[in-house]
Amino acid sequence: MIAHLEAAWRGFPLWSRLVLGSLGGIIAIVVPLMIAVAYLTFAERKIIGYMQVRIGPNRVGPRGWLQPIADALKLLFKEIIIPSSANKYLFVLAPVLAIGPSLVAWAVIPFTSRLVLANINAGLLFILAMTSMGVYGVIVAGWASNSKYAFLGSLRSAAQIVAYEIAMGFALVGVLMLAGTLNLREIVLHQAGNIAHWYLWPLFPLFLVYFISGVAETNRAPFDVAEGESEIVAGFHVEYSGMAFAIFFLAEYANMILISALTAILFLGGWMAPVGVAPFTWVPPLAWFLIKVSVLLFFFLWFRATFPRYRYDQIMRLGWKVLIPVTLVWITLIGVVMFFAPWGGVVR
Amino acid sequence: MTFTQFVFYLFSAVLIFAAAMVITVRNPVKAALFLVLAFFSAAGLWVMLEAEFLAIALVLVYVGAVMVLFLFVVMMLDINLARLREGFGEYLPVGAVVAALMIVEMGVILGPRHFGLHRFPLPPGHAAGYSNTRELGLQLYTTYVYPFEIASLILLVAIIAAIALSMRSHRRSRHQDPGKQVQVRREDRVRIVKMAAEKKG
Repeated sequence: MIAHLEAAWRGFPLWSRLVLGSLGGIIAIVVPLMIAVAYLTFAERKIIGYMQVRIGPNRVGPRGWLQPIADALKLLFKEIIIPSSANKYLFVLAPVLAIGPSLVAWAVIPFTSRLVLANINAGLLFILAMTSMGVYGVIVAGWASNSKYAFLGSLRSAAQIVAYEIAMGFALVGVLMLAGTLNLREIVLHQAGNIAHWYLWPLFPLFLVYFISGVAETNRAPFDVAEGESEIVAGFHVEYSGMAFAIFFLAEYANMILISALTAILFLGGWMAPVGVAPFTWVPPLAWFLIKVSVLLFFFLWFRATFPRYRYDQIMRLGWKVLIPVTLVWITLIGVVMFFAPWGGVVR
Repeated sequence: MTFTQFVFYLFSAVLIFAAAMVITVRNPVKAALFLVLAFFSAAGLWVMLEAEFLAIALVLVYVGAVMVLFLFVVMMLDINLARLREGFGEYLPVGAVVAALMIVEMGVILGPRHFGLHRFPLPPGHAAGYSNTRELGLQLYTTYVYPFEIASLILLVAIIAAIALSMRSHRRSRHQDPGKQVQVRREDRVRIVKMAAEKKG
């Protein structure tokens, strides 16, 4: 049976095998990702509910498990209203621009040492380039809506994302220096061994900077002035409804998962077990990766339940005057240690 | 036509279309967005030339940072489209002469005599593990280290100059000091005054 299937597979011309293979890989990543996004929204409502001593959604399905499905269906059946004075093409294009980069970046994420769609040499740069594209969705949405609230929200968001991208990039420079490669898979392999070999320890300040910038990049609380419902209603997507709104929502949550996955790969040893002895090595590598991502996602939700929203000037101050200097100092420090200290090679 | 050729012509067509739209479309925001598309297709072409570092750097720097700031400025402009159309006929002859001159110059310099395919050997294909980024880094920090350092110094001067030009002194601008703000105690701000409850008159 398998031999027959293989023969049939070889019967296809090469280009179609390449296309079908990539397509299969893409579906195998995007479908679980979308399910993860749906249940992340459920987890968010439940976790924040318990943190605020209430119960959260519990009506649809057993213990509320079908709530995200119900939400998705509701949004699917709602009408997409295009404001009469909006720029139609750009208004429709904006959600696409928002979700495209947040899905494309997953192509280079290594889930385990073998499970990666495109194992390219410049993986880290690719991620940086793709995440920097995400801001277009926000800007174009704000401008095309032709609404003051949307425009203000998009301006706030764009300035914030551009500012925090710099701190994020500098935090990655530290990882680059230690690993000596841009390939995400090799970066994880450099952290092989137990928990002491993870980049979390030599790069602890950069880890904090990266994660905080990640929260700011995704416009999550406490950095969610782009939505600031008490000031500008809902920010850049105030004019969107139905599925168009849902796509912005999907992009935001896919970005959250992406940032968590990247933090796990760059600082927490990716799919590596924390300790290389028996009970820990029984857990498959993919499970370790997912556990790390889930823990980091929990932090996202925890932040939202804990911190009040930053004032806008304080967001800018934190980005430019605190996070960027911290990264610069730490990069210099690592460079000096790696170059001069006799044990500099140990860090590496 | 191989698949590679098809991809090349696709990206080239999109690039030329986007570049033409940048200068013909009236709305400056749309022009900026078409420029983004042009950059993106150019990056696609560079990837096909195995220059993946340059391609990604183009997307990262120009698309991710420069054009965002461009859009920022352009979106806030209040442009009267009717006034943009004024004087088109007036400038047309001069513009046509300049354009013709440039086309002739480019034709002379970039023609097949200097840039024809026969003048350059076919670059060797690289193995799958070849890292463009590593090679570029090696070149920059060995062969071209002085030009590279000088360029970085010029950039530093530009950064300092930009800050010096745009910085206003602290005394003239109103600003907040979050360090002081968080140290404020209740006793500094709130005074509780005990008052006897008034009697109903």
